[in-house]
Amino acid sequence: MPKLASSGLVQGAGFLVACVLLWEAIVRLAGVREFLFPAPSTIVMEILNYPGFFARNALYTLLVTLVGFAIALSLGVALAIGIVYSRLLENTLYSLLVALNSIPKVALAPLFVIWLGTEMAPKIAIAVTIAIFAIVVDTVLGLRSVDPETLNMARAARANEWQILRKIRFPSALPSLFAGMKVAISFALVGALVGEFVAGSQGLGHAILLAQGMFDTPRVFASIVILGLMGTILFYLVDALERYMLPWHASHRGVRTAM
Amino acid sequence: MPLSASEMQPILEVRNVAKIYGSAPSGVEALRSIDLAVRPREFLSIVGPSGCGKSTLLKCIAGLETITSGTIKVRGEEISGPPTQMGIVFQRDLLLDWRTVIENVLIISEFRGTRTSELEAKAAELLVRFGLGDFQRRYPWELSGGMRQRAAICRAILDNPELLLMDEPFGALDAMTRDDLNLELARLWQETRKTVVFITHGIQEAVFLSDRVAMMARNPGRIVDIFEIDLPRPRTLEMRDSAEFSAIVHRIRDRFADIGAIRTE
Repeated sequence: MPKLASSGLVQGAGFLVACVLLWEAIVRLAGVREFLFPAPSTIVMEILNYPGFFARNALYTLLVTLVGFAIALSLGVALAIGIVYSRLLENTLYSLLVALNSIPKVALAPLFVIWLGTEMAPKIAIAVTIAIFAIVVDTVLGLRSVDPETLNMARAARANEWQILRKIRFPSALPSLFAGMKVAISFALVGALVGEFVAGSQGLGHAILLAQGMFDTPRVFASIVILGLMGTILFYLVDALERYMLPWHASHRGVRTAM
Repeated sequence: MPLSASEMQPILEVRNVAKIYGSAPSGVEALRSIDLAVRPREFLSIVGPSGCGKSTLLKCIAGLETITSGTIKVRGEEISGPPTQMGIVFQRDLLLDWRTVIENVLIISEFRGTRTSELEAKAAELLVRFGLGDFQRRYPWELSGGMRQRAAICRAILDNPELLLMDEPFGALDAMTRDDLNLELARLWQETRKTVVFITHGIQEAVFLSDRVAMMARNPGRIVDIFEIDLPRPRTLEMRDSAEFSAIVHRIRDRFADIGAIRTE
């Protein structure tokens, strides 16, 4: 299995490199102008020439994303537990959440600016709003899909609901929760960016808006590349955390078996 | 040696128990007037065709299902919910994927608040005794079906329950593993003399393991007969080829044929 995975990685990386080289070649050979479509080398130079600028803005966006994700995660799990244990919460909160989710949340961004100003708070709020749904839905699903016989095993030992939640429901919901987290971390980044588009003076979203106003296309591309890298790294961090925390889960099992 | 009063008193008493799913007249009668008294240290099997309510009866005894009427007493006290002095083994091992084997064995003690380092040592010993010594720190998916069910038995008996309920515990295993575990269980019973109520649809298995075999029929689920198995102890696999063994198995099979539960040709 590890051999297969690494050969997959090589193929993926090779394909990416080939695409970038093709892009560079087309731009150079066809003489495409920089403000329309800059070559990869131009984009790399842009980042190398202004490392401080990109680092500052990337860190801001990263901070908004991580804080938004953390809030979505803790609030989402708490809500999910409430929904699973309370018929009332399920009928009220869960229905409300589903209804709210059908609103394009980007449309709420200006509202958050009105309510929370132009600093970091509204951006975090948008990130939370976009990310939380995946966490709640997947955690509710996970907490509910416990095998009834397993619950009987616990009840036969007179386990109370709190013990069942801690020792059975929650651990068995973790794979589901991680699936939700993988979606949510990307959504939190989208939320952060939307927040920066709408108002404020920091972050990669803001950098993109400014550069667009000046037709500084290499800077727009450079920001997009950094966002892409950030999203990928965040996704794989959650994935790595999952592998570390759920070594027992079917999706991570290696070749080690008893017989 | 005369039996003392506490040995005479049944550890488990099921009296006139009925279980009806739904309400009359459309309700399904799962169990009708079940009477059963299990003596201390007795190994009692309940045999019956699928759908006869034997698993339902066990769940009622375990306090996991409510009964419609009648009483169930453990040690003379009517049960309300699962009895404390009970261990249970289910059809499936129900090991938790995220816990190592030894942690799985210890989970019952965590629910009961009895987990101590002595108990952990005892769990390790128990696993060694059941041939799982090298697998204590492994995860359930690394074990074979038979090993998993052994771990489930360890989980059920770690807290040393007086009463062990087993709901077709070897039904999902292949024939060889099943023989192996039957022998293991017979040995365990010989050593610990726990009271066991064992559900199965295998007549041979029931005769091999039991002091008495209660026979159930369906529609509605009821006990039609109870057979005393007076084969010598300890039981060995060779005993299953003996004439006495076959005679008992035949008697029970004939009885099932009489009531139309099985066909003989």
